[in-house]
Amino acid sequence: MIISVASGKGGTGKTTIATSMAFSVEGAVQLLDCDVEEPNAHLFVRPDITGAEIIYTPVPEVNMNRCTLCGTCSEICRFNAIVVLGETILPFTELCHGCGGCMLACPEKAIRETGRELGVIEYGSRKGLEFIHGKLRIGEAMAPPLIRKVREYAKPGFLTIIDAPPGTSCPVIAAMSGADFILLVTEPTPFGLHDLKLAVGAVKLLDIPCGLVINRSDIGDGRVREYALAENIPVLMEIPFARGIAEAYSRGEVLAQISSGWKEKFQELSERIKNIARQKSAGTSYA
Amino acid sequence: MKIAVSSTGKDLDSPVEPRFGRAPYLIIVDTDTLEFEALDNSASMNAFKGAGIQAAAMISRKGARVLLTGYCGPKAFEALEAAKIKVANNVTGKVKEAVTAFNGGLISFSDRPNAEAHW
Amino acid sequence: MHELVVISGKGGTGKTTLLAAFASLARKKVLCDADVDASDLHLIMNPRIHQRHDFKGGHTALINQDKCTGCGICRDVCRFDAINENFKVNPLSCEGCGVCHYFCPEEAVDLPQKTCGEWYISDTRFGPLAHARLGVAEENSGRLVTLIRKQGKELAERMGLDLMLTDGPPGIGCPVIASLGGATAVLIVAEPSLSGLHDMERVAQLAHGFNVPTMTCVNKFDLNPDQARAIESMAERKNVAVMGRIPFDPIFTKSMIMGRTLFEYDSQSNGALSVKSIWEKVFKSLKNHCEKNKKLPD
Repeated sequence: MIISVASGKGGTGKTTIATSMAFSVEGAVQLLDCDVEEPNAHLFVRPDITGAEIIYTPVPEVNMNRCTLCGTCSEICRFNAIVVLGETILPFTELCHGCGGCMLACPEKAIRETGRELGVIEYGSRKGLEFIHGKLRIGEAMAPPLIRKVREYAKPGFLTIIDAPPGTSCPVIAAMSGADFILLVTEPTPFGLHDLKLAVGAVKLLDIPCGLVINRSDIGDGRVREYALAENIPVLMEIPFARGIAEAYSRGEVLAQISSGWKEKFQELSERIKNIARQKSAGTSYA
Repeated sequence: MKIAVSSTGKDLDSPVEPRFGRAPYLIIVDTDTLEFEALDNSASMNAFKGAGIQAAAMISRKGARVLLTGYCGPKAFEALEAAKIKVANNVTGKVKEAVTAFNGGLISFSDRPNAEAHW
Repeated sequence: MHELVVISGKGGTGKTTLLAAFASLARKKVLCDADVDASDLHLIMNPRIHQRHDFKGGHTALINQDKCTGCGICRDVCRFDAINENFKVNPLSCEGCGVCHYFCPEEAVDLPQKTCGEWYISDTRFGPLAHARLGVAEENSGRLVTLIRKQGKELAERMGLDLMLTDGPPGIGCPVIASLGGATAVLIVAEPSLSGLHDMERVAQLAHGFNVPTMTCVNKFDLNPDQARAIESMAERKNVAVMGRIPFDPIFTKSMIMGRTLFEYDSQSNGALSVKSIWEKVFKSLKNHCEKNKKLPD
């Protein structure tokens, strides 16, 4: 089962929820940090990293001995990533989306693929929790292919918890699609509500059941709750603002481990999620 | 010799367009006869990324050896270098005036791009 | 024309609240919301929209079922698993590369351009605002960022305003990269936590790669003064100028709920006073950078 923890707005407590749930649930659990632009979960999990894998995206390399400068490759490329210029051919690898079209289309078989580094995936564990995260190379623009690679580490039979990036565009979709449940984390403020609505739009598009955690639930106003009620989104947990929680977060401490009672609440949260996801899949199989 | 000028319009009286990749027209001028051909650059103009690369490839196919323009970004510059096209940046005025200045030896060439990359 | 881009690396550090507060202090400026993925500035600015334009983004493959013979070539050549066994394209997976369109022997694949957002020119009580909305689940946010910054700059030039305040996106990927090129200076709003330190370091490194002068300030510094100091000393090592600290102050949330800037809500609060002193330093430093760079275009 895969639970993706997401939020439209950044800084609402996604990582707090994802790490707390990961440490609270008994049994085989994995945490995948897919916020590859700014991964933070490792600061809380503090895993022993046991391995790493550098991730590349394929980009073309031209064998000039074979190339006849016919220009077919630049014709098929919609990203202007390969172009004939006078007597030479120039790949602009940072524009390449790795579709492989130029290599397939080249009538001389003059193109082979090499790699552009997207970033690195590191993996390890702590207290029985399996941990995997991706780190986007600084200066690299394309996060989704790296996120998809991190997701390949998801194992069947595990509870896989994904810490998704903020926003609602392509990186978030890459971290949410195919999940069994999406847990949205928000705060009850106008910014929180506005960005929550966007995130719910993305969840609806993917047609995945979702629920809400309201963080810092006693600041702000009641509009997030009203919205959740109107949209029939269950509010699964509320976390009141406490300076102690904010301070513990700032030191990289996991909520479920610092104060009594939270571990049980996160266990209960994961049980409620499992029930909703089960009902949903049973419902669709009848339909 | 054939040179290319980024232009706002289709003839030699048009003002030079400061942008290269996203110029509406690229005018190829024969510096001896002043015969010219205006290339419609709208395909590059509307490209997502790499407009300058496309524009460079186009003027290279037309045999231009020199480009007169306003700003030239790093990718376009790299492409023009590969195509062995010399670049003069910060060119202003009408296309005709730019060509006259070039013929009079009043144009100096750049050894680096003078604009930021566009994403 | 100079442009200050406010970014944060990590989300939720108070970037937009700070930018809105700057907007009520700065004179003669254009505002630009370049956080197109989850734009919030308009919630404070309450804009009156004057112009509304479609944003045309990437292309998506569309298979004409009447022409399709089910030969399967498109599925073989697609690297993104975007075509299912019934030859339907999943628009969420399609990269718009057009390889299927090129290789289809029946010419059954079209590649129409999508409208994937809108952009606006508006008026606010603090001056003109260029802003945008990217459709949910859309790509090309970097291109929309570039577009909206360009619109903002043109607006500033038309109106004879020489400052643009840009609310940038979080993260370090494509939209952030698009928000940095050509900026006069960048202000990173950090928060005093391990995550804040980690994220600030990555985004500062990115800004450094773009050669943009970079400044920072620490919001809610008193939640962890040790981390605040750690961020400031890391900033100094990375050649990032430290502009000041803002205490944790509930008026950040209270003013947001009222749709007001910090100064409209309570200009004498600790939060507002520290933001004012930061703005004065940032503005001074912007002017300095601008004078140094006068010869350069833009």
